[in-house]
Amino acid sequence: MAHRIEIALKKTVRDARGERIRNEIEHFLNIPVKMVRTIDVFTVDAGLTADELELAAAGPFSDPVIQDFAIDAPIATDFDFVVEVGFRPGVTDNVGRTAKEAIEYIIGRPLPEGEGVYTSVQYLFSGEMTLKEMERIATGLLCNTLIQRYQILDRTTFEAQQGIRAYVPKVAAHAAGTVKEIDLDVSDEELMRISRDGVLALTLDEMMIIQAHYRDAQVVAERRKLGLGDRPTDVELEALAQTWSEHCKHKIFSGNVEYVDEKGNREQISSLFKTFIQRTTAKVRENLGDKDFCLSVFKDNAGVIRFNKDYSLVFKVETHNSPSALDPYGGALTGIVGVNRDPFGTGKGARLIFNTDVFCFASPFYDKTLPARLLHPRRIYEGVVEGVEHGGNKSGIPTVNGSLVFDDRFAGKPLVFCGTAGIMPAVINGEPSHVKRIDPEDLIVMTGGRIGKDGIHGATFSSEELNESSPVSAVQIGDPITQKRMTDFLLRARDRGLYNFITDNGAGGLSSSIGEMSEECGGCRLDLSRALLKYAGLEPWEILISEAQERMSLAVPPAKIDEFLALAKIMGVEATVLGEFTDSGYFHILHGDKTVAYLPISFMHGGLPPMEMRGVWEIKQHEEPAPAAKSDFTQDLLQLLGSLNICSKESVVRRYDHEVQGGSVVKPFTGADNDGPSDAAVVRPILDSFEGVVVGHGICPRYSDIDAYHMAANAIDEGLRNYIAVGGSPDLVAGLDNFCWCDPVKSEKTPDGEYKMAQLVRANKALYDYCVAFGIPLISGKDSMKNDFYDGSTKISIPPTLLFSVIGKMEDARKAVTMDVKKPGDIVYLLGETDDELGGSEYLAAKGFTGNKVPQVDAESALDRYRAYHAAVKNGLVASCHDLSDGGLAVAAAESAFAGGFGMALDLKYVVAKGNAPLGDEPLLFAESASRLLVTVHPDKEAAFEKAMSGQAMARIGLVTADTSLTVTGVSGKVVVKAEIAALKAAWQSPLQSL
Amino acid sequence: MANAKALIITGNGTNCETEAAHACRLGGFDEAHIAHISDLLSGEVRLDDYHFLNLTGGFLDGDDLGSAKAQANRLRHARIKDGNEHLFEQLQRFIDAGKLVLGVCNGFQLLVKMGLLPGFSNNGRQQVATLTFNDSGRFQDRWVYLKNNTASGCIFTYGVEKGLYLPIRHGEGKFVVDCPETLERIVNGNLDVLVYSDPAYTSATMEFPLNPNGSVNGIAGICSESGRIMGLMPHPEAFVNRVQHPRWTREELPEDGDGLILFKNAADYVKKNF
Repeated sequence: MAHRIEIALKKTVRDARGERIRNEIEHFLNIPVKMVRTIDVFTVDAGLTADELELAAAGPFSDPVIQDFAIDAPIATDFDFVVEVGFRPGVTDNVGRTAKEAIEYIIGRPLPEGEGVYTSVQYLFSGEMTLKEMERIATGLLCNTLIQRYQILDRTTFEAQQGIRAYVPKVAAHAAGTVKEIDLDVSDEELMRISRDGVLALTLDEMMIIQAHYRDAQVVAERRKLGLGDRPTDVELEALAQTWSEHCKHKIFSGNVEYVDEKGNREQISSLFKTFIQRTTAKVRENLGDKDFCLSVFKDNAGVIRFNKDYSLVFKVETHNSPSALDPYGGALTGIVGVNRDPFGTGKGARLIFNTDVFCFASPFYDKTLPARLLHPRRIYEGVVEGVEHGGNKSGIPTVNGSLVFDDRFAGKPLVFCGTAGIMPAVINGEPSHVKRIDPEDLIVMTGGRIGKDGIHGATFSSEELNESSPVSAVQIGDPITQKRMTDFLLRARDRGLYNFITDNGAGGLSSSIGEMSEECGGCRLDLSRALLKYAGLEPWEILISEAQERMSLAVPPAKIDEFLALAKIMGVEATVLGEFTDSGYFHILHGDKTVAYLPISFMHGGLPPMEMRGVWEIKQHEEPAPAAKSDFTQDLLQLLGSLNICSKESVVRRYDHEVQGGSVVKPFTGADNDGPSDAAVVRPILDSFEGVVVGHGICPRYSDIDAYHMAANAIDEGLRNYIAVGGSPDLVAGLDNFCWCDPVKSEKTPDGEYKMAQLVRANKALYDYCVAFGIPLISGKDSMKNDFYDGSTKISIPPTLLFSVIGKMEDARKAVTMDVKKPGDIVYLLGETDDELGGSEYLAAKGFTGNKVPQVDAESALDRYRAYHAAVKNGLVASCHDLSDGGLAVAAAESAFAGGFGMALDLKYVVAKGNAPLGDEPLLFAESASRLLVTVHPDKEAAFEKAMSGQAMARIGLVTADTSLTVTGVSGKVVVKAEIAALKAAWQSPLQSL
Repeated sequence: MANAKALIITGNGTNCETEAAHACRLGGFDEAHIAHISDLLSGEVRLDDYHFLNLTGGFLDGDDLGSAKAQANRLRHARIKDGNEHLFEQLQRFIDAGKLVLGVCNGFQLLVKMGLLPGFSNNGRQQVATLTFNDSGRFQDRWVYLKNNTASGCIFTYGVEKGLYLPIRHGEGKFVVDCPETLERIVNGNLDVLVYSDPAYTSATMEFPLNPNGSVNGIAGICSESGRIMGLMPHPEAFVNRVQHPRWTREELPEDGDGLILFKNAADYVKKNF
């Protein structure tokens, strides 16, 4: 029988969690609540004696200094309502898992299969709320009904029934092992019904290709030999759907596109990926010649570059948008621990050294109505921030760099980019660490977590727009500790040479990981019945495609398997042999003795013809505001500093451990009060050395409203210039492209698909043009192409977004430069040219305009300038440097000044204007012209700095001052901005400070 | 004099082992061995062979039952393979031999929850204090000023004149005690080694963010009556070189970071006494 152990804080102890919830209810639901207190509930479904229960309750479950416990009796007192929130059956319950282990240590024996501990939280409310308000509190804040269940009781009912009864959210097991065959000899409509109802996300063309495969006499003959019929099994159909999903196959990026430009010129593009992304890297590597530092690009889970002769760097950035829209906490947590496994599963495996994260949300203060299925942006914000916090902090990986970008179109789908870098010895056991292989007869081993129904259809569901019936099972909760145990184990196994090949189980589960590994060696034979399950009752197809987290797949040579499994056991990690790799040419899946899938590798991976798409570009004219007829822009600057895209994100960043592992050199916040915003991060991955890894990124989705070509160009330049600003070397720098688009394929649901495809083509063109010009090879990337919400009436599409992440090196991290001004009397220089480019700027956005004059990047002159600047940094000539981006010069100057705690006096008449055109104060202050850096230099270094920068577009525009005000003199000689730095900082810090 | 040997335990969510080992080596230990908890439970590594035990930061078992609770339970109940010895007995023997233990962040939480800190001599390892959720209800990564109690017998902070500037990175760092007598005994015994203070290290503070969690009396770190066991929430291993300081690009700083002194003192003590 199940027992309830309830843990309450002693009355004298402050309940911080309860207080936070009370505040959130007041702020966001506007329901007055007097008090909220919380109780932790452990439902122990195990055969324990009363003494054992007591030991668990008094020992690991409660803290005698601050808590009391009760067993099988309610501990709650003094409340008006109680809400209890627990997980639905099958949802990962990390605390429950730890509680179960704690009991096992106490009783000295493992609990039998099927017994377990489940947790829930009881919230006690005092106040004058109605039942209806309590419902709103429960569903609007406390409980995500997709993964959690709740019950509300008023005090009278609670007392009458003597508390809440024990409830065990166990997955109801039913007979498993059934395999269905699906008849594909049906009408086209029926084919589509099969695809839709099964969340297969296969198009009619794709369904017909599968249909044709099973009509092939030779295929049928081969199948007969194994006792299979001429119809696909559900296992086969699901495996194909995963392998062919947009998420796994990147059909849009590998398809054929006819592109028509604004003049009607036609261009045939066969694969955007090959034409623009792969070709970029090939061209850059060719240009680099013997200075090429790329080791492994595009073929593994993450890209690999050289760090030095002893170590290689690994980097990957992923998105986890669709799950985060449904369950922000679980989606984001899974996003971060999921991307951790990419560099971890690259080459022979890398130790993880930092995370990055970039979130795109609608305003957390959004006050318009939203379609029913969409969560309020504020909940998404809270959940995502917390999910990444738990994922990153608990994994012991510092989160060193990131951004929050706001645009109300992200209400349709939030973008959650998570990146992870790793480092590995260049050579492991005598072999280069970035290469791996599989030999036929190597054993298929799965290790880490177990398989459950969680994450089924994640790959296919994210290949569709979010809609009313998006499946619940696609959502899952990550478990950083199970993963941490697994990675601790696997790094040892790596160093002992116990496996040949490692890869991650992510989207598509075993179907994907083993499918891709089988391509390496030519086949596999895998028995699904050997896989460890979280609970009974999974059908074979579910085992194959479950995306249950924290698992890696490996190829272990038979000679090493005993040592591998023994090490796993010692380190408390589960590992199972599921079968072996072969060279049969077949993806051969069994359940026990019975073959349940038999697919030719060539059909799985090569059976899909490219998609045919069209993109038609047109230039859209936006209203152009008249120049402002005024001479004081102080208020404009204050307003910009307080805009969501520019304001301080410190309340979020401080929740992320950015210093664990001890390597942090340039932290997210810097300056006299540790609160100025750094441009990029510098990390020392090897503590005995001062060689630094530098990481930055660029993202500017707003520019897509004018031209996605320039959106991409500016994102690339922004990423590079952030990297250069802190001291990154232009000679060893690589890029990662993450495209997040709205569906660019024309259809009934997407009538403007051809325009969106043209935007995609243009962004790709910019990627090639600028990465080649800057000499940045692309080493990895990802695309997510269906970032729309559509419920049949309302459609919300995100603005086309490219996140451009930059990773590279600085030889000596002790030369790093931060953005805070250092000393009064230092000279202020503006590097780069300013143009009349307010289009897409934060300044125009604040006034309700988009404009047309989007910033254009001149890569050649920019790179020349970045190189000169880098030489100055290496010679220690630079006191501070801040990149100019959102909000232009005015915002950059304000940030540098208040971060350093000194004033600044600038004169706009010295600013270098492009082509020496006369510019007004407005663009000089706020234009976001690319490739500009605001630099301060100590007077002692003035001559040397100017010499280092000779020939570059640069002007001395003012001084750092001992007073505490920012004063900017306009072109006419009048002061156009004057403000105390304290006031500027306050405006910048206030919007998100309390979130 | 034997080689000074430091042991750093990792596994199940410990995260700071690499930098802790680095700090031990910089501090003067001849050896700094990182051992997985499973190495101890398998009997492959024995505490007896070391002089300085580091229980360092992380999220043991995800802090799922409250910070470090599950590990405290594991250490109390887990037996060494093929033997009748509990790991806890090895630890007790290590302490009784006059060796050194430093618990940082999650390690401090562990020492407190195992009853080893403050570890009053006559209370039989009963837990009398705890570290719980910050008053802000949030995890925080920020740097804090720590005033040193120069009257303390703590061997780790020996010679620290004013105080230390170190980062904290925790969600559960609020130090509280079970009753006023416990606090009295901590204060009277000068076991309150480090307190959150103002930047000039003049006095303890309860003001956020100087005191980032609301700890009673501003307590950030305490030691045992012997002075040989110390626990603290801030991370000394995270500041052993100037470039780890958040303002190293704008301030004149010595090459060594403030946190290194704890490891130097530990190494000196071991070299003198073993």
